Amino acid sequence: MNDLHRTAYLDEAAELLVELEQALLQLEGDPTDQEYIGRVFRVLHTIKGSGAMFGFVRVASLTHGVETVYDLVRGGKIAVDKDLVDLTLAARDCIRLMLFSDAEEDPHFEQRTARISASFLQIAEPFQAAPVPGQGYVPASQEMKGKAATWRIRFKPATNILRQGSDPLLLLEELRELGECRIVAQTCTIPPLDELEPDDCHIFWDIILTTDAGLDAIRDVFIFVDDTSDIRIDLIDEGDLADNPETRRKLGEILLERGDISREDLDRVLAERKYIGQMLVAEGLVTPDKVLSAVEEIEHLREKTRLHEARETTSSIRVPAEKLDRLVDLVGELVTVQARLTRTAVHHQINDLLTIAEEVERLTAELRDTSLDIRMLPIGTTFSKFRRIIRDLSQEMGKDIRLVTEGAETELDKTLIEKLNDPLVHLIRNSIDHGIEPSAERIAAGKPPRGTITLAASHSGDSVLVRISDDGRGLDRDAIHAKGVAAGIIPPNAEFSDRQLFPLIFTPGFTTTSEITDISGRGVGMDVVKKTIDAMQGSIDLQSDKGKGTTISIRLPLTLAIIESLLVRIGESHYVLPLNSVDECVEIINEEIADCRGKHIATVRGSQIPYVHLRERFTIVDELPEIHQVVIGRVNGMQVGFLVDDVIGEHQTVIKSLGKMYRQVSSFSGATILGDGTVALILNLEELLAHELRAGCESSAASIES
Amino acid sequence: MIRTIMTVDDSSSIRQMVNFTLSHAGHQVIEAVDGKDGAAKLDGRKIDMIITDLHMPNMDGIRLIREIRSHEHYRYVPIIMLTTESQDEKKLEGKAAGATGWIVKPFQPDQLLAVVKKVLR
Repeated sequence: MNDLHRTAYLDEAAELLVELEQALLQLEGDPTDQEYIGRVFRVLHTIKGSGAMFGFVRVASLTHGVETVYDLVRGGKIAVDKDLVDLTLAARDCIRLMLFSDAEEDPHFEQRTARISASFLQIAEPFQAAPVPGQGYVPASQEMKGKAATWRIRFKPATNILRQGSDPLLLLEELRELGECRIVAQTCTIPPLDELEPDDCHIFWDIILTTDAGLDAIRDVFIFVDDTSDIRIDLIDEGDLADNPETRRKLGEILLERGDISREDLDRVLAERKYIGQMLVAEGLVTPDKVLSAVEEIEHLREKTRLHEARETTSSIRVPAEKLDRLVDLVGELVTVQARLTRTAVHHQINDLLTIAEEVERLTAELRDTSLDIRMLPIGTTFSKFRRIIRDLSQEMGKDIRLVTEGAETELDKTLIEKLNDPLVHLIRNSIDHGIEPSAERIAAGKPPRGTITLAASHSGDSVLVRISDDGRGLDRDAIHAKGVAAGIIPPNAEFSDRQLFPLIFTPGFTTTSEITDISGRGVGMDVVKKTIDAMQGSIDLQSDKGKGTTISIRLPLTLAIIESLLVRIGESHYVLPLNSVDECVEIINEEIADCRGKHIATVRGSQIPYVHLRERFTIVDELPEIHQVVIGRVNGMQVGFLVDDVIGEHQTVIKSLGKMYRQVSSFSGATILGDGTVALILNLEELLAHELRAGCESSAASIES
Repeated sequence: MIRTIMTVDDSSSIRQMVNFTLSHAGHQVIEAVDGKDGAAKLDGRKIDMIITDLHMPNMDGIRLIREIRSHEHYRYVPIIMLTTESQDEKKLEGKAAGATGWIVKPFQPDQLLAVVKKVLR
């Protein structure tokens, strides 16, 4: 344990020992005073508990004996007398010596400690029950992994589980992390609405889990709730099921095994020969939920077997990429038509049509997910290309560099991977050329002679994070500042944070390198990288520590073709904002807007958030609504709002490009067709924000000059 | 996601260790020196989890747990009590009062983080 904590404990123990001495002396004067007894006990308890935490094992074990005796004193089983106080004071002195001096040098010390310890044990002995082994929360150890087995778990939480601060959903999530898992919620015990206690838990769950983590790991998930909740864990397959398909279980047998029905009932119903599940439900012997859950179990095991069989026969086919692109295009069209269908159905209020529209909506969503999923490729396919580039370039530059990749299995839409190639090549070239120092320089700086470039990809929410980091010299703040001033981008005397300063390297024509190499330094590149990433609806972020290295993080949406977005209205027109940048929407009334004297600031729960006045920005002049909405999101790490007239709701956006004519329009990243056939523009939030910031700078600069 | 966790303990070294461990894991930590102090800090502010010792002067852990559970803001907040292995009875009492789980002292920082992850995800 950390030395810092040990020191803190010593300070604390010194105080506690003083307090213990005082309390003991007071107790001697009044041996029955509960307050003094309580104080002595508490101090001992803390000395022991904290001592054990920070590795003072001997102190803890001696104090434990003393504490046990005082617990008995507290319980009125032992009376305090002068002998006990003497003995305790002696123990106290021992503890002090253990903590604050080299007591080991004193040959008598060991004996004395042992004697004191023994005396306390002797006092407590007649009252001791057999020790109960303590069980703490021990995280499932990784070594316990064995063969994958399939378990059936019925988790019936105590009704008050929520009021105990446990969230059953978190437990289910934890189970899910253990392995492949099917969960069926049993809702038959939910009472009618008027009897329903909102913070009681009325649901229970049947879980089929295949995991190699073992029973202990599963039990650990429920460790905090297993005393009050009803938890049954049965092993249903030890992992050999896939090998002998004849052991596949039938529905009736599963229900029987779970104790949901009896053998006689089963046999009787079986004799009638219908679908067993239906028959049992019709007879009122089990609820539909229970049957459903048993069916899930069969499915789960069947799938396991199928997977096993599939592994033996080849299961992939090659398809030309254009066919997939065509498929996604078609799905895009379908999503648009589906939106129209839903709209028409709602408009005409035809119930039959509404049912169909809902069905189509569900199928379309599934079709969309499946076809987008087909186009997903592991990003590792590009990573391997970079290994070669780094090898060749570092040889050329005479530098020693290795490439480390992480998360190569992260999947990303195929078109995005293709588009990501050039920016990544550029960033890696930059790292090799500017970032990593020659070996001699690295050794002088106390770094390993070999430089490292790390390429890492990971999923985060509905986006993918790609990081390129090097352990090189980092960005040169001063050089960037000087260059920024020279280029007239920033005023000479202003202070800038790294966050404000570093993005300057994305400005077109910006370079701090005096010599131009074959690889980089011409000042074209970073701006192109930024543009490319922007065009992919992504964002780029830069962190750098001088002397330690630079990390560039690129955040990309999972797919480009169809995104979840928020549909809003300003005046007569509709716009969409990518949903992954939206946090919340709040209302704001006209007066509040006017109150801020032209400053675009909204007050949300006490904090002030700047917003972009889209109506002003787009010079929309028709009548102002009484209540506006501010859509608050995070753009380039900055919290910012966008003022609109009305928020309509979530929308499946099939992205269409705007066409060559509108290439100059940077405020929009594309367009989409709405259910009624009208076009909504997709807002480019970063560009809108950047424009606002530029305008803000100019106007504040103008006010300084005037 | 940054979580706010309150540590209630009369032992300053334990508070320091809990604070150190949780802060390093990126959480925000509020310290309270005993049950009374802890209860006073239940002023409606956002608290995602509470880790409390049981033996404390002024107000002990069990009473604090009851106090937390009776507070409309913190009814569902996970509460983890720090116990020693000899305190099985206390553990039951704590659970009856509304505690979510427990950690047995002595514990390692990893165990603390594992429990935080377990109840907060």
